[in-house]
Amino acid sequence: MPLSGAGYGEHQAVLPQPFDESLKDAPIDLDVRIELFRKQHQIRQLEKRIYDLFLQGFVRGTSHLSIGMEAIGAAFGAALRPHDYSFATYRGHGHTAARGVGPEPIIAELLGKATGLVGGKGGSMHLASAEQGMMGCYAIIGAHLCIANGAAWSARVRGTDQVAVAFFGDGATNIGAFHEAVNYAANYRLGTIFVCENNLYMEYTPISEVTPVTHPAADRAPAYGMDATVVDGNDADAVYLAARAAIERARSGGGPSIIEAKTYRHGGHSRADPGQYRPDDEVQAWLEHDPIPMYHQRLLDLGVGEDRLAEISGEVAAEIDRATEAAKSAPEPAAEELWTNVWADGGSQWRN
Amino acid sequence: MAELTYREAVAVGIAQEMRRDPAVVFLGEDVAGAGGVFKTTSGLLEEFGPDRVVDTPISEQAILGAAMGAAMTGLRPIAEIMFSDFFAVCWDFVANEIAKMSYMTDGMVGCPLVIRSGNGAGLRFGAQHSQSIENWAMAVPGIKVVAPSTPADLIGLTAASVRDPDPVLLFEHKALYPTKGEVPDGEIVDELGTARVLRHGSDATVVALALMVPRALEAAERLAADGIEVTVIDVRSLVPLDTATILDSVSQTSRLFTVEENPRLCGWGAEISSIVGEEGFWDLDGPIVRITTPHLPLASAPNLEDLALPDADRIAVTIKATLG
Repeated sequence: MPLSGAGYGEHQAVLPQPFDESLKDAPIDLDVRIELFRKQHQIRQLEKRIYDLFLQGFVRGTSHLSIGMEAIGAAFGAALRPHDYSFATYRGHGHTAARGVGPEPIIAELLGKATGLVGGKGGSMHLASAEQGMMGCYAIIGAHLCIANGAAWSARVRGTDQVAVAFFGDGATNIGAFHEAVNYAANYRLGTIFVCENNLYMEYTPISEVTPVTHPAADRAPAYGMDATVVDGNDADAVYLAARAAIERARSGGGPSIIEAKTYRHGGHSRADPGQYRPDDEVQAWLEHDPIPMYHQRLLDLGVGEDRLAEISGEVAAEIDRATEAAKSAPEPAAEELWTNVWADGGSQWRN
Repeated sequence: MAELTYREAVAVGIAQEMRRDPAVVFLGEDVAGAGGVFKTTSGLLEEFGPDRVVDTPISEQAILGAAMGAAMTGLRPIAEIMFSDFFAVCWDFVANEIAKMSYMTDGMVGCPLVIRSGNGAGLRFGAQHSQSIENWAMAVPGIKVVAPSTPADLIGLTAASVRDPDPVLLFEHKALYPTKGEVPDGEIVDELGTARVLRHGSDATVVALALMVPRALEAAERLAADGIEVTVIDVRSLVPLDTATILDSVSQTSRLFTVEENPRLCGWGAEISSIVGEEGFWDLDGPIVRITTPHLPLASAPNLEDLALPDADRIAVTIKATLG
């Protein structure tokens, strides 16, 4: 008897639930919604530009895009305070932008330039900006969930009300670090918010093929005495409401939360993957369940003018064009940068 | 001056730093209420309270992750990994996360933390609780590695490690816990990256680490009875490595022996041998000889474990035979 229930690529399509139209009336200020709109555009347009730069040969190595998943990062970016902490995965361009990092240092980093966010030493998978609370993108599955706990613990010891958010994919729920981290946070009631971006695929394999529960993050929560929230990760308002509640809970000492946001990546896992293992009807349905046109329409329904929305998306486009040109014309890191910042003294010396 | 055991020195060193700096916190399995499975951390919970001294679940990844996240955000954590063998279940945090944070963020974020761990053999615990893994640690760029051999060094190097802005793995040797040594009064702060010459002799330089230090000193006594005088250097710190002290000594003795508890392949002495071979070659009068545990897992039976580790006999016999 085969271990798998279906041939590779022949699994059942998982279709999105329709958007919840009642969220139009959710208690979210209009200026927050405008910010959500802008942040989603910033992420979408940044990721599309990175994709183009990849095809043009400017970006080397790998890149993992979040096209189709922008609502999650945008919602947390809007809900967090400047001093709160974000910990993201290798699919972290959007989460970095959502905390307020501009496109130029991000694009320059991917182009391996001296003006990159981390001087060309991190690349696509290792963006960070401590100043904006973006505590790093981590490329080993699951580790940063444990690290986020440390930031939440530190906030408690230092007597601040900062919270720590860890974003991760559905695949991370099957690694030991996820379970260690959730148990640890729940046991000590740490202010950690675990946000599963469930895009239905752990890399190239359906998460349902390798996980015995329907909701890979949320269904594990009861084992740790926790409640979990499952939301439409493509609806920025839905994610924002869940984020706001979890952040308030963490800030007030109420302990950690698990939020599972159902979403879908429009492309493959990484630039090497065309994503052809996905059923056509599933891809088509999720392309139509796109967070950005939906939110555009929602703002129109709320009375925001088309011209205002066009102005915002135009501003974002112009900024990304400027950033692209600046990044392209920036110098490569100086050769001596190879030797810097292994240690806190700025150097790399290991012997006398 | 007081006589303390190496075991007592652990808590003395941690307490000294926790009194000095409220950002120093301590976490690990059974370290608080129980005072540690080796009884090394008794009294810390009582003095510093449960906010700063934390009993964790058996979750080595959660422990090192919590220490790292705390270090990145303003604390100075000390984490315990009970047996150094257990680093194998959380090595991602050492090798991929903690060690690389400063470089990957180009100096934006540091990890000022200490991970202390019971290392080494001699207690008949078998293959999974007896390893010397200091050579694993020194193979990873971005972490500092120290292994003190006396109570005073343990206190002083704990202080230096806690105050260092970089991550430090501090290996305590389990078989040294009952040993005693004189400890100066008052605050003790040592320096990373400094080897110590413990005995002067002109016939050979013997470098050793942790439990191998007292064994090398004992071997030196026996050799002296045979008219062979050796210099014994306690390396103490593998990263940073005090190559100057070693090269200087070899320039005077013209012979080098390393005494290592780690299994032979890629042991720390291989790196020192390589450095001396490259930079001290013309000072040498004969081959460098490494005296190590063979490339074997460790057995539990007392006679087999004893056969595996270098002891004073083997050290003395090897040196005498080599020097002819």
